[in-house]
Parts: sequence; C-alpha cells; structure tokens
Amino acid sequence: METMIQIKDVTKTFVGKDNTVEALKGINLDIHKGEIYGIIGMSGAGKSTLVRCLNFLERPTSGTVLVEGKDLSTLKDNELRKMRTQIAMIFQHFNLLMQRTVLDNVCFPMEITKTSRKDAVKRARELLEIVGLSQKELSYPAQLSGGQKQRVAIARALATNPKILLCDEATSALDPTTTKAILALLKEINEKYGITIVIITHEMAVVQEICSHVAIIDEGSLAETGTVEEVFSRPKSKAAKKLVFRGEEKHYDEMRGKRCIRIVFSSNSSYEPVIANMVLACNAPVNILLADTQDIGGVAHGQMILQLPEEEVTAEKMIQYLKNRKLEVEELDNYVG
Amino acid sequence: MWDSQTIMMIAEGTGVTLYMTLVSTLIAYALGLPMGIVLVVTAPGGLKPNKIVYKILDVVVNIVRSIPFLILLMLIIPFTRLIVGKSYGATATIVPLAIAAAPFVARLVESSLLEVDHGVIEAAQSMGAGLGTIIFKVLLAEARTSLIVGATISLGTILGYSAMAGVVGGGGLGDIAIRYGYYRYQADIMIVTVVLLVALVQILQVIGTRLSRKLDRRIS
Repeated sequence: METMIQIKDVTKTFVGKDNTVEALKGINLDIHKGEIYGIIGMSGAGKSTLVRCLNFLERPTSGTVLVEGKDLSTLKDNELRKMRTQIAMIFQHFNLLMQRTVLDNVCFPMEITKTSRKDAVKRARELLEIVGLSQKELSYPAQLSGGQKQRVAIARALATNPKILLCDEATSALDPTTTKAILALLKEINEKYGITIVIITHEMAVVQEICSHVAIIDEGSLAETGTVEEVFSRPKSKAAKKLVFRGEEKHYDEMRGKRCIRIVFSSNSSYEPVIANMVLACNAPVNILLADTQDIGGVAHGQMILQLPEEEVTAEKMIQYLKNRKLEVEELDNYVG
Repeated sequence: MWDSQTIMMIAEGTGVTLYMTLVSTLIAYALGLPMGIVLVVTAPGGLKPNKIVYKILDVVVNIVRSIPFLILLMLIIPFTRLIVGKSYGATATIVPLAIAAAPFVARLVESSLLEVDHGVIEAAQSMGAGLGTIIFKVLLAEARTSLIVGATISLGTILGYSAMAGVVGGGGLGDIAIRYGYYRYQADIMIVTVVLLVALVQILQVIGTRLSRKLDRRIS
C-alpha cells in the first residue's frame, strides 16, 4: 500500500529557561494511504507534538517527516504553506473564527488558496450539506453546540480537498453520544473520499471505534504499533496494557502476586457460557474481577480478568480448558498496573 | 454675560475640540496600529519573533508613554513648527497629541491582539495561511470588538489631553476653560466647558460600546 506519511527518527526537544523537555525521542512510523491511524497516549506523552510535526506547526529537532515522499524540512515557506492545504487539521477546541458565520468559516481556507468567492460559497454549501449543517450557514459559532462546531471544523478542513486529515483530540471536548456521531462522520469521510486520517486521542474507545491501526506513545517514544485488533487482543507493552485495561489498574494492585489471567473472547465464543462450563468442568470457583465487551471495528470483543484458585493443578486445568476453547489466555502474575 | 458671542465661542470651541480629538486619534491609529501589530508579531513566541525589532519598539513605546503630556507638548515644539508652521492653535496641537497617543494606542492594540485565541491562529497556520492573512483576517478581524473598545478609550483619553493643550493656546474647550474660567475667574464658563467635555466623553463612550457590542458575534 502507498505510504502517505513517513516519520523517521523524529525527535523534538523544547529548550526552556531552566529545563529541557524531550517531547519526542526518535519516533518511526509509517502511515499508509486511506488508513485511519490512531495515535494514543496519556496526556503529556507527546502525541500533540507528534501530530504537529506532521504539518510542521512544530519543526522536529531532528529526523524527517515525508508526506507523499516529500521531505517537509526541505520545503520553502510558500511550498510548505501550499503543502498544508493538503494536510487539514481539526482541534479539540474547534478553533473556529468566532466573528465569522458558519459559511464564512468554511470559506476561509479557500480564501487562502485564492478560490473565487462564488466557487468557495458553492463548495462550502456542499460541505455543510455533507456534515449536516445546511440550516446553520448564517449562524455564528457561538450559537452552535460543541458537536456542531466540530462539524463546521470538519467541513472547513475538507474545503481544499486535502489528502490527509489530522485530528488533535477532536472528540475530547464532546459528550459520548456526540463523539460517536463525529467519529461516524470521520469514518464516512474516510470511506467516501479516501482521505487518510490521523487521530490523536487519549481514549481507547475512540481508537476502537474507527481506527484501523494504532500507535501507542508513551513518554515520547512509541511503545507499540500495529492493527487495532492485534494491539487490543495482545497488548505487549505496559503502556498498551494500561490503555486496554481502561485505567482499571487499581484492581491489579490488590491482585499482585496472586494467580490472575486475562482472557479475550473473539466474536464466536461470546455466545457460549465458557466460564460457567469451565467452573462446572473443573469443579472449582473462580473470581471474576473484570468483564467487559468492546466494539472494535464492528466486531464484539470481550475481555475478562479471572482470579484462579490457589491450587496449582486446578488452575493449570482451567487455563488448559480455556486454551482448548481457542481463547486468548494471558497470565497476569507479575502484572503491575 | 451669556450673550450670543459667548455661546458662539463655546460652540466653536466644542467643534475645535472634536476636530483635534478625531484627527489626532486617526493619526495616532495610523502610527499606533502598525506598531501594535509589529509588537505582537515580533514578540518572543509570536508569529515572526524578532528580538531586536521587538526590544527597540518596546523601549520607544515605553519612553514616549512615560513622558508627561505637558512636557512632551513643549519638548516637540520645534518639530511641530516644522510640520504645521506654527506652534499654537488647534492644528498645531494635533502633532503632540498624535505623538503622545500613538504609543498608548500601540499598547491597546497589542493587548487586544494578544487576546485572540492562539488555537485560531494555529488553525489558520495549519490551513497554509501566510503572515498577512493571519494579521488581517484572523488577528484584526477576531479582535475587532476589543479594538473598538480600545479606540473608544483612546478617544476619551485624547479628548482629555486636548483640553490640556489649552495651556499653550491650543484652542478648543480646554483653551476656553483656562482663559475664561481660570485667568478671568469666570466660573460659569469653566463649569459649562467642563460639563461639555464630560458630555462629549460620555457620548463617545456610549457610541463605542454600542458599536462594539453590535459587531460582536460571540454573544448571540
């Protein structure tokens, strides 16, 4: 597949008066055309800095960023600005022009590209139709809800037919229902127009909802990359586990040292009463510490954390039983949340 | 004593005061607005940081602002003569008024522009906007309410300064107040001129506030 964005050994160091912050420590990442790529991490992990390196709002301290094979650092000022019309961006706080109407906000990027007013208005109306805000073209941002503001921002971002859409915590200021609607809109845009989307978020739910691939960033380094399915089913790094377990780590603190396992259900095993059958078959109780189902790309994925009996033989038997049912079983013995 | 001649004189004085105030404000903005923009753009962390330009402008603005207006008025008499041809009268007063007000305007503009949400500027940059577009279509457009409030404050301040210019024969209401009210002890004329000055400031303030509210789209 065609590589859209290539990030090579990118570092970013902020030099302050009395402290130096290494925000990015050698990031390598390839993002392909048409992907919805999630970059997830806790706040302060460097994800916002990373996404700003993709359109050079932040210049990397070292390393290269290639967009469609073009090294952004070699571009002249006007070339970079032209390139940016192809790399649109939406933000957590929408960043609309408060003194302009919705229609004029969508026209703004076309003023930058010197599109005639007539064509710009026509295109803006089309885009407002796509995001479902045709009725609001003469409203001002202050009169809109958060979700509507983000829709305007999306329409504005699409105005110049970009190849890439960067989303910086685009749903973090929205409620869960609105978040779902905005994510659905992004997915639709990705499918309809083939725009590569990079999503920066701290919420696993966002990644699960629409991303095809995910990179987990932790303290300025990439902890793990892969398809969402892979990373969710078999998180390898500590940072990934933390995110997949949705911050339930305080449970694990209590369980430290005891025998706990995490099982992941694929779609077909979700319907079978596996645990009940296992308890019956092994004749010993288990303690269910956590159970939940998540929707990843339309497929239901369940996970459960079980505390097994102290007795070695029974525990072994149980693990074997689950493995025979083709479930992912992972020992959490030394897991520290 | 309230003959037609006195009334005419006060009416004329009001006109002269308005003339001095409006023209000075206009010139002060012609000088101060670009200065304010340059201060914001070249400031550390600005759009085009430039330590030297910023520092020089910053110091010049501070120096001019800290000279008391009456002193400045006399200090630049040679310069005023050079431009207007004489150092007294309403038109001659405009020169020191504009020079004194320009740095004040620059600071007001600077603070208005700094209020513009950094995120909006970043959004414009991410769309490929150049410096000119950001200054005119983002900074000035988004700050317009605050800029109008600033202009109203400037008008009021310059009106007050213009009255001070009466001391050196500047013309206008301040001049009348000093000549009749102070030197000739005609308290009634003094009171009338002061009331008129207060009324003028009030009217300008009301117009400015209304205009800025009317143009503000942040409140629906």
